Amino acid sequence: MIHARGLGRRFGDKRALADVDVDVGTGELLLVTGPNGSGKTTLLRLIAGLIVPTSGELEVAVDRARIGFLGHEPLLYRELTPLENLDLYGRLYRIPERRERIGMLLERFGLWEARREQTGAFSRGMLQRLALCRALLHEPDLLLLDEPFSALDAGGTELLLDELGRASSRTVVVASHLPERLGPIPSARLALGPT
Amino acid sequence: MTGYLSDVTALARKDLVVELRSRDTVPAMLLFVVATLVIFHFALPDDSSRLAAAGMLWIALLFTALLALVRSFVAERDEAVIDGLLLAPCDRSAIWLGKTISVFAFLALAEAVALPAFALFYDPVTWELIAGVALANVGIAAVGTLLGAMAAASRARELLLPLLFLPLAIPIVVGGVGATLAEDPGRYLGFLGLYDLIFAILSWASFEYVVTE
Repeated sequence: MIHARGLGRRFGDKRALADVDVDVGTGELLLVTGPNGSGKTTLLRLIAGLIVPTSGELEVAVDRARIGFLGHEPLLYRELTPLENLDLYGRLYRIPERRERIGMLLERFGLWEARREQTGAFSRGMLQRLALCRALLHEPDLLLLDEPFSALDAGGTELLLDELGRASSRTVVVASHLPERLGPIPSARLALGPT
Repeated sequence: MTGYLSDVTALARKDLVVELRSRDTVPAMLLFVVATLVIFHFALPDDSSRLAAAGMLWIALLFTALLALVRSFVAERDEAVIDGLLLAPCDRSAIWLGKTISVFAFLALAEAVALPAFALFYDPVTWELIAGVALANVGIAAVGTLLGAMAAASRARELLLPLLFLPLAIPIVVGGVGATLAEDPGRYLGFLGLYDLIFAILSWASFEYVVTE
């Protein structure tokens, strides 16, 4: 599903990612590790199509509509409630029976009681849970998770691991500096070094 | 087409709800436009011409619009929501159109206060002036939203937006002042309509290239 050769990205003079080769098949879970500044976030943004490579080649055999992306920011409007945020994305993704899907995700991630509160008042952990709901809302075929365990408590981590084990046909790329949290789940690993 | 309009409606509605709750933009626009008109009222001599008053009104409206435009992509930039919107499978021009509609609504609200204030301090408001302002709003919202998205990606966004927007707004001022004062306002209203049409199409077509690499 993902095929990259000599993949690199520069921001002006700064090299953010250099010479990465990676192959990820359908249903695999790739764990990307590396120190701060090694290019983990850049790699995920390249795969998502949010930025384009400055060198090398990258093929991602999945439509934009089928990608779920969890970044450093929750990609949510702080003035809107969880229901309103997810409803907006649900409309844009044309999710059938989106209200049921939204309700089910909010329940599963323990946010149902807070569904009518503005997300600006949420803790970092609640925001991360809601961001996961957003990334999973359209049941993506390719899930890109950038530091998904940050701010998640033990319960949130368990929910995420449960979700990762749920759909065997889903391809997942996880960038994390806490690889032990994933346990034995990853089917492939990519260690990025300093650029 | 129905799906496109549904996306535009959802995006515009979201902006209005966000503003209704945050009240970051419209109150500042209202205060700014009224304060500017009051200052001009005391700055202009008593026997100043209609031409000067009309010019002041259009300057006040243009700079009030800049307040809305500078803030138009704040939420998308600060919380990186633009990434979420760009990943969604909707046509990216729908993001531009939704934002343009909300900016238009904010401008209309500011003008609903500015025009009575203008009538109070300067001249009566005519139908030609209202038509000119409505047409100018379309152009300001269309071009300004595109440039707002462009500037939002820059670190010097507060400086960049006026530098990009004001030169492109010169025809709006020419058309607006002409529609307010000329004996044949139809020509100027037609000019504003043509400006709106050309720049709305250009902005609609180029938005995707502005927000993606």
